[in-house]
Amino acid sequence: MSRRVRVLLFLSAAVVFAVAFTAACTGLPHFGTQSHPYGDRAVHAALQHRTANVISAVNFDQRALDTLGEESILFGAVLGAVALLRRARDENRGAPEPGRVLPSTLLLGAGLLPVTVLVGVYIVAHGQLSPGGGFQGGVVLATGLHLAYVAADYRVLRRVRPLAVFSALDAVGAGAFTALGLAGLIAGAAYLQNVLPLGTFGRLSSAGLVPLVNAAVGVEVASGVIVLIAQFLDQAVEIAPPDDNSPPQEAGT
Amino acid sequence: MTVLPFLAAGWIFLAGVYGMVTSRNLVHAVGCLAVAQSSTYVLLLGVGYRRGATAPVFSDIPVNTPVVDPVVQALVLTDVVVGATVTALLLSLVIQIRKRTGTVNPEELTELKG
Repeated sequence: MSRRVRVLLFLSAAVVFAVAFTAACTGLPHFGTQSHPYGDRAVHAALQHRTANVISAVNFDQRALDTLGEESILFGAVLGAVALLRRARDENRGAPEPGRVLPSTLLLGAGLLPVTVLVGVYIVAHGQLSPGGGFQGGVVLATGLHLAYVAADYRVLRRVRPLAVFSALDAVGAGAFTALGLAGLIAGAAYLQNVLPLGTFGRLSSAGLVPLVNAAVGVEVASGVIVLIAQFLDQAVEIAPPDDNSPPQEAGT
Repeated sequence: MTVLPFLAAGWIFLAGVYGMVTSRNLVHAVGCLAVAQSSTYVLLLGVGYRRGATAPVFSDIPVNTPVVDPVVQALVLTDVVVGATVTALLLSLVIQIRKRTGTVNPEELTELKG
């Protein structure tokens, strides 16, 4: 298909979509409406389970099984990226060259790294109380660790980031979520049902199963993102491209 | 205009798809897919908005305060995380395509190779 035909096809499809979408939007409840039946019920259910952060209650209590599915997508995506980016036989591993780092950058990085990791742990641990939780805190933890790369160099990053440990932790996090669901079954309720003692509203120990699932997701997201970034950094820093003069080889030869 | 936020979501979606259709670079195409996907965040958050309401977190507000719809916010949250990892997966595919064929222009990737 030529470029012109493709754009024309897109434009005609876009017109159809725009008309249908606009018509659908006029049928939606008005923007900013006061009527949110699902939202009201979710808030009610969250307060019953003494969870201050309703979003965490929805994700890790009311529809925890959906979150387990989404978390498995995350795990699968990380696994796929690792499989795709592993070193091929025709690629050479080069030693990364350390670059010059300004002393002020080094100082700021060294100072901020522990603070960022602490903030990440805090966000994961307070997922049932304040905005945040396993997903957000995990990303903060994973990116915070890479201050070691920004402020120092790749070899320092490799020392603070034992990749084998984080690969294992990724699987442990995913497995822990699945295993925590069994608590419901053991207590004679449904899989992933919140059956633990609910605690006092607004306390760190409130919300029963939610903080535990949050922690499992936090571990999985943090190690998953670390493993992902490691694969891309490997490509950029360590793996030398195959010789450009030779014809591209088929995979598996 | 009470439908304007929803229409904005539709516009972002079309902009993303247009970028994918006309793309000459696979990295750019993956970026456009992320743009098209982000339109769903705008749509969902627009649907969940409630005038005069606050965030659905009751750690420092009374429990009868009106809050915006937490269900759509939870959907957006997981969408963001899964979207980011799937984008990473697609980008690693692009890296492999570049290694094996030497190009990232989708128009040059015409033949199937066994």
